[in-house]
Amino acid sequence: MDIQEYFSLLFTDYTLRTITLGTALLGAVCGMLGSFAVLRKQSLLGDAISHAALPGIALAFIIMQTKNTSAFLLGALISGLAGTFWIRSIVKNTHLKSDTALGLILSLFFGFGMLLMTYIQKMPNANQAGLEKYLFGQAATLVESDIWLMFWVTLGALIILLLFWKEFKILLFDPEYTLTLGFNTRFIDVLMTSFMVLAIVLGLQTVGVVLMSAMLLAPAAAARQWTDKLWVMIVLAALFGAMSGIGGTAVSASYNNLSTGPVIVLVAAGFVGISFIFAPNRGLIAQRIRYVKNRNDLKLHKTLAFMYEIAKTHEDFQHPHAIKLFNNFQGYSRKSMKKLAEKNLITFDQKMWSLTKEGFEQAANLYNQNPQKP
Amino acid sequence: MSQPQIEIQLIAMLVAVACAIPGTFLVLRKMAMISDAISHSILPGIVIGFFITQDLSSPLLIVLAAATGVLTVVMVEFIQKTGLVKEDTAIGLVFPALFSIGVIMIARHANDVHLDVDAVLLGELAFAPFDRFMVGGTDLGPKALWVIGSILLITLILLFSFFKELKVSTFDSQLAATLGFSPALMHYGLMTTASVTTVGAFDAVGAILVVALMIAPAATAYLLTEDLKKMLGIAVGVGLLSAIGGYWLANYLDASIAGAITSVLGLFFFAAFLFAPHRGWISVWRKRRRQRIEVSMLTFLLHLHNHKEESERHIDHLQDHINWQRVRAKSVLRLARNNNMIVIENKIISLTGKGEQFTDEAIQHITSDKTTALESMKDEFFLFRG
Repeated sequence: MDIQEYFSLLFTDYTLRTITLGTALLGAVCGMLGSFAVLRKQSLLGDAISHAALPGIALAFIIMQTKNTSAFLLGALISGLAGTFWIRSIVKNTHLKSDTALGLILSLFFGFGMLLMTYIQKMPNANQAGLEKYLFGQAATLVESDIWLMFWVTLGALIILLLFWKEFKILLFDPEYTLTLGFNTRFIDVLMTSFMVLAIVLGLQTVGVVLMSAMLLAPAAAARQWTDKLWVMIVLAALFGAMSGIGGTAVSASYNNLSTGPVIVLVAAGFVGISFIFAPNRGLIAQRIRYVKNRNDLKLHKTLAFMYEIAKTHEDFQHPHAIKLFNNFQGYSRKSMKKLAEKNLITFDQKMWSLTKEGFEQAANLYNQNPQKP
Repeated sequence: MSQPQIEIQLIAMLVAVACAIPGTFLVLRKMAMISDAISHSILPGIVIGFFITQDLSSPLLIVLAAATGVLTVVMVEFIQKTGLVKEDTAIGLVFPALFSIGVIMIARHANDVHLDVDAVLLGELAFAPFDRFMVGGTDLGPKALWVIGSILLITLILLFSFFKELKVSTFDSQLAATLGFSPALMHYGLMTTASVTTVGAFDAVGAILVVALMIAPAATAYLLTEDLKKMLGIAVGVGLLSAIGGYWLANYLDASIAGAITSVLGLFFFAAFLFAPHRGWISVWRKRRRQRIEVSMLTFLLHLHNHKEESERHIDHLQDHINWQRVRAKSVLRLARNNNMIVIENKIISLTGKGEQFTDEAIQHITSDKTTALESMKDEFFLFRG
């Protein structure tokens, strides 16, 4: 199956449609909530939460004794939240830094989850509790009920987002101010974090523990480069996320032996790369152009200032001087002379140059922050 | 104990020590998450190495994988330097991308590669004794033992020869630079050591457990001490104890050894988190409570100092006017009375001579903005602390 075939099959084939819808929805909700994680500098929290969810899944199995997706999700949610609050408590109450707390909870919870999983596999009624499924995700196992669940979560997140838009926004950019205004910051914070945990837990089944953090971060990091407005960023991130989901599913369906999760992540990483390079204003190319332009401007200014110092000594400032004077001057070039001439600031021929009236005035005011308009 | 059992415990202990040493410095340098990133992003290096050598413990594979680890650090730093995203975002972007490439490489060549991603991530210590190191027909023990043993040896040599440099560059990189040893060299040296250790350990204990073995002992030790040498010692000790405890726990439950070691590590950390003297949750909580009650008492004493009228000094006043709850009001009064600061007659509270002296001095310190001096005042005046 190639990509064209995939898109023609998309509307007729049930499985393909379900998976595509699922990954697109997941990408959208992750992009949306990931924006907050990126802006709050909690990028790696997603990674920690996704690992911390594992023991919850195992415990849910031990208690329920059946493979029940919603029980798994609930277990994952509880242990994800427990991990998150423990991280907070470590950072707040001890002198350990947040990176240590994240790494600790991530690996300790995961290790404990692994212990439980291997223990379960030895239990008589366990036929593979599906550790692998949650490690790497299997988009192919998505069914319609999963899609509906994702849909409701996305919708819920959207409604909460719109309801608490002002609170979220102000908490993001100025938490202290939010507190002084009398908002219950802890409540807003817990609300935001809970939705993030929920989105991560939903994503586990599709892209897996390891790659979940990229699902959360990549669309948001890409969207950040294109805008400085929060709502534009969130919309863009949701869009990038959905597109990564669809693109990744398309590519992985078109080749044999390609699991969906890693491909989605690579597509999302592609978006990040493109945004880093090409985004206007913030992108690397834009940065470079600005840098070169500033440097050239500076060179012209320098040359002009040098000329001004010479012209000043002469009674008639338009009196021509020899180009030879520039021999010891760093940063002089024919090109910059030509540029200055183009701007009508100087005139020059083979051997001599002179400032024009305009050039003299501009040079005199070069370092004057408040030039007086004549 | 049978021979494989001893060998497994030996490997686990060596891995624990080899991880705890670079881990201590990672935690101190606030780079703990880098170890998580490295442990995942070495996958493509391992896969390429495996394509070439077909042997998970060959030196070439270790070099290639360690190079990918260092590459991760370089990429993270490059992205960070562009200023487009924060450091933690850079980490979160780089390692999943590299890991994905590794997973896809394995998937595309599933037929010619006998390598499982979950084997890399989770490892299986129980199988380690079966892969023997044979030289000319003589059995020299498990390969993993040799690999991790040599890595540990190199780490120890590096630690002892560069201890001073590491210490200075960890705590004061500017001082290190002015003294003439390059912080960058130390940084990349440490990163390389961490990468090599991760690679050497993954096939025994799995990449994620490596992270636990690096961070958890160091974090536990950091809660208990602030002396670098002691911290290294405690970290190594915690690592060793968890390795042995974890093995027997796994033996008892018949479950994953790596998972059991991590769980024991988790218990150690949890215990330190709760009970560590000075730094633990309980002692921090008690300190905060004490501080709160002592500040309340000081406020109340100052209030008494300012008011001569009886209505302001009535015992119910605390509840009615200052709005303190019963329990709090009681404990404040008890503390003040135990310290001989106040006397209560007919439900009217008045300051004693000592109380007057204490409040006078306190006011002096507060108005001259020397509030830190209050702590030494407390030592001087208080018979009982809050």
